[in-house]
Amino acid sequence: MTTTTLAVLVPLLPFLGAVAGLLLGRTAPGFVRPLAVLPSLAALGLAAVVAVRQGGDQVVNAATELTPTGSVPIELALHIDGFAALVAVLVGLVATCVQIYSTGYLRDDPRYPSYAALVSLFTSAMLLVVYSGDLMMLLVGWEIMGICSYFLVGHYWETPEARAASIKAFLVTKLGDVPFLIGLFALAADAGSFRITKILGNVASGGLDHPTLIALLLLAGVAGKSAQFPLHTWLPDAMAGPTPVSALIHAATMVAAGVYFIARLLPVFAASSAALIVLAVMAAVTMAGSALAALAQDDIKRVLAYSTIGQLGYMTGALAVGDRGAAVFHLLSHGAFKALLFLAAGVIIHAAGTNSLAAMSRMKDLRARVPDAYWTMTVALLALAAIPPFSGFFTKEAVLGAAEHVATGHAEGIPGTAGWIILVAGLVTALLTAAYAMRLWLLAFRGHGAEAPDHGKQPVSMNAVLWLLALPSLAFGLATGPLPDWFDGRDLTPTLTTAVLGTGVALVGGIVTYGAWRHTTAMAARVPLGAVAAHPEGDAGLVEAEAIATHAPAYGDVASAPDPADPGRLLLGPLHRHAAVGFHLDTVYAALFVRPVQAGATLVRFLDREVVDTYVRGAGALPRWLGAAARRAQTGNVQTYVSALLAGTVVLVVAALLVATAGA
Amino acid sequence: MTLAAATVTAAHATTTTAAETHGFLSPTGVEIAFLLVGLVTFGAAIVTVTTKQLVHAALWLVVTLGGLAVEYLLLTAEFIAWVQVLIYVGSVVVLLLFGLMLTRAPIGRSPDADSGNRWAALTVAVAAAAALVWVVVDAFRTTWIDLGDTAGGAAGSTAVTGASLFQSWVLPFEALSVLLLAALVGAIVLSRKTKTTAAAATTPSVPGTRSDKADQADADQADKEGAR
Amino acid sequence: MHLAYPAVLSALLFSTGLYGVLARRNAILVLMSVELMLNAVNLNLVAFDVWLSKTAQDTLHSGQALTLFTIAIAAAEIGIGLAIVLAVYRNRGTSDIDKLRDTAETDDDSEPAQPEPAEKAEATA
Repeated sequence: MTTTTLAVLVPLLPFLGAVAGLLLGRTAPGFVRPLAVLPSLAALGLAAVVAVRQGGDQVVNAATELTPTGSVPIELALHIDGFAALVAVLVGLVATCVQIYSTGYLRDDPRYPSYAALVSLFTSAMLLVVYSGDLMMLLVGWEIMGICSYFLVGHYWETPEARAASIKAFLVTKLGDVPFLIGLFALAADAGSFRITKILGNVASGGLDHPTLIALLLLAGVAGKSAQFPLHTWLPDAMAGPTPVSALIHAATMVAAGVYFIARLLPVFAASSAALIVLAVMAAVTMAGSALAALAQDDIKRVLAYSTIGQLGYMTGALAVGDRGAAVFHLLSHGAFKALLFLAAGVIIHAAGTNSLAAMSRMKDLRARVPDAYWTMTVALLALAAIPPFSGFFTKEAVLGAAEHVATGHAEGIPGTAGWIILVAGLVTALLTAAYAMRLWLLAFRGHGAEAPDHGKQPVSMNAVLWLLALPSLAFGLATGPLPDWFDGRDLTPTLTTAVLGTGVALVGGIVTYGAWRHTTAMAARVPLGAVAAHPEGDAGLVEAEAIATHAPAYGDVASAPDPADPGRLLLGPLHRHAAVGFHLDTVYAALFVRPVQAGATLVRFLDREVVDTYVRGAGALPRWLGAAARRAQTGNVQTYVSALLAGTVVLVVAALLVATAGA
Repeated sequence: MTLAAATVTAAHATTTTAAETHGFLSPTGVEIAFLLVGLVTFGAAIVTVTTKQLVHAALWLVVTLGGLAVEYLLLTAEFIAWVQVLIYVGSVVVLLLFGLMLTRAPIGRSPDADSGNRWAALTVAVAAAAALVWVVVDAFRTTWIDLGDTAGGAAGSTAVTGASLFQSWVLPFEALSVLLLAALVGAIVLSRKTKTTAAAATTPSVPGTRSDKADQADADQADKEGAR
Repeated sequence: MHLAYPAVLSALLFSTGLYGVLARRNAILVLMSVELMLNAVNLNLVAFDVWLSKTAQDTLHSGQALTLFTIAIAAAEIGIGLAIVLAVYRNRGTSDIDKLRDTAETDDDSEPAQPEPAEKAEATA
């Protein structure tokens, strides 16, 4: 088979798996698990074969136009370069891991068939986005991912948090998708094609008329999908979905789609230095803000969600300084270790029966209950904090190195300001990242107090996946050497300055947090806290749903807990209150969008009820009066009727006579 | 007037000339008699529809119908006159009186004999009367009926009427007897009590109802015979 | 004799009957008024029959034959009419036309007040 055929099969197999899973879900429950796992596994294998065959040198381009569709043709096109090949392997890997993990995580869930089918459909859509060579096809995958995300976040739709979160995720990403669509049309109108190759060729010859406008419009969609400031607010709330979904969609793949999209069309963005500055500022605000917010969260998954936002900020930062190699490099390693973090968090939540760090910090020996999760999570947190020699170190240093490269004026066409912004923000974020990683590890695994409850061993399917994902987190740094062949050829090895600086601030962050924790941990025993799921013996999905549902009643908030033993509280000081609620961005949104919309709805309702209806009622009044008058005539007295009848007869006869005689 | 003129021409050309010799100011004896009886009849009719005593209304109706019988005689329709006396005065009025009794009509003046519709009814009736009289007078003011010529016998003698009825009108006559039979059956069905009400009824009511039914049947029988 | 005399008398009697039909409250009086109207028609028929049988040599005597038929039909009508009035009186306790207003439109769309069953029983008696 040719590489093209294989590449077509990659998104097609999970799609067929999803369709078959939906069709057979009720009639043949035995087929659901194989139908969920095998297509993803096959897609992973095929993606790996495609990546090997592509080999980083020859770009695979194939296109077929099914039918003429008007002025700008829409084609079924593949465009597989090194980025696409490797990202597809990552998507396949994480999707397979998540599917395997889900068989254990949701083993008793009655809605598992539809869940697995949606995850397969999502995988298929993401692979379509990755391989697509035509922007319209890419948009199709992009929107399918959005709707799958909506359904999967709302998987526990019995809880109000999940319902609200799924609607929020949908609306906020749509808020970005509308300008995104307009931007796509503007781009296609300028370039005369939806084909990525043609657009890039057009950009290279300077054929774009409105590069800044297009770039900013596209940036809105990317900010929505990749959870960048100011459209990131949906991602922390989306943690109300099941953990595997968070791992797949909200950590490794879908949120990376925005980054990947910019990486594909980087020349379009690079054509406008204003867009790059905006991108840089966006990335910097996202990174620093999300890292601060992560330090204040109590829900373990919300910590990871804010961390995801921050790491995505690194990627957009790398794109802002024009280095898509570094961005995709970080994307790949982050996809692996963040999926691992989420999946391990799922195991911990199941074991502890709570998603609250405050409650976990009051449990002794939680790490002994889940040794696999303990060790793999430690690896992943080290990778997150960018401690050498874990994968995160290499990829983050690649980003910082690229920023330094630009800041010191070694890059053409990229404003040095963007470099400086990214470099400074990246270093600050590195410090904070290490701090919240350390806090998470200490609170989750170094708790004091009562014994952690024993719910028996975790399913093998869940633990095995953790070790599988731990491998790239450990060793992906080795790829630093060969990877430039696959990307643009720019060197990805860390430079000495940034490596020392980055590692230094990370160590400082970790040590300071440890100190703060030593200082505050004594208070934990004095303030008992805890919200634990009601059915700890149930499957992990049930435990998680109950944990999420009990968090707000127990602490008064889904995000934070009033825990004085929290080192984050000490470190952030007065900032903690604001960081816990995501710096009041939701309030701002409520004031800016929700309330005007509601006020508008109230106004419309008023206009409809009081103004329009008045006219309607007025129009009805006259016939009603006439009807009332006509009713009055219906006395029921036969004599009245006959009187009227005969009077009419007399009048008619006289009239007829007069008419007849008048003619004579 | 076209209407009147058309009617007149349709009748006969000779009538006009005949009528011209008879003026309204020189009435014959028959006309005077007709006028006087007509006034009595009309007055009795007025009293019939206006009196407040219900039984009196029925009695005044007898006067009206009797007056009409006399008018028939004056018009030489003797058979009709006797039928009128037999059926109307003899049975219909009796039937009406029975009806009044059975519905417990009050004896004496009843203040609510006329409905609130009276003024509308008066207007309609006066208008109708005006229109009808105007048309009739306008059409037939010169038409003359020659009552004296008895060449073919009196126009309404029993022989003439019987001959025409059983020669020309025998089929409608038989159809009419079927109609009367149907009316007879219908009246019996209508005045029968349903079983539940019969069971609920008290003993004194039973003979009354029976006699009612019997009277009705008798009356119908009488009508039928009279018609024949 | 002038044809106008019977014709005018007939018209006046008819109008009188008309007034009675429209103005009388008791159903039996209404029936009497109907009889008046029928008789007015009969008078007309007889008068015209006499006139036409003389002047137009009408040997059918259709006017008198029709008068006989009308009388027979009037008798049938009065029999049926009285039976109906009696049935109504038995069911409603009244033969007052003003009170028989079941088909009236009421403003509140409620059923017009029905006589009590007790009243019905009394009426039957």
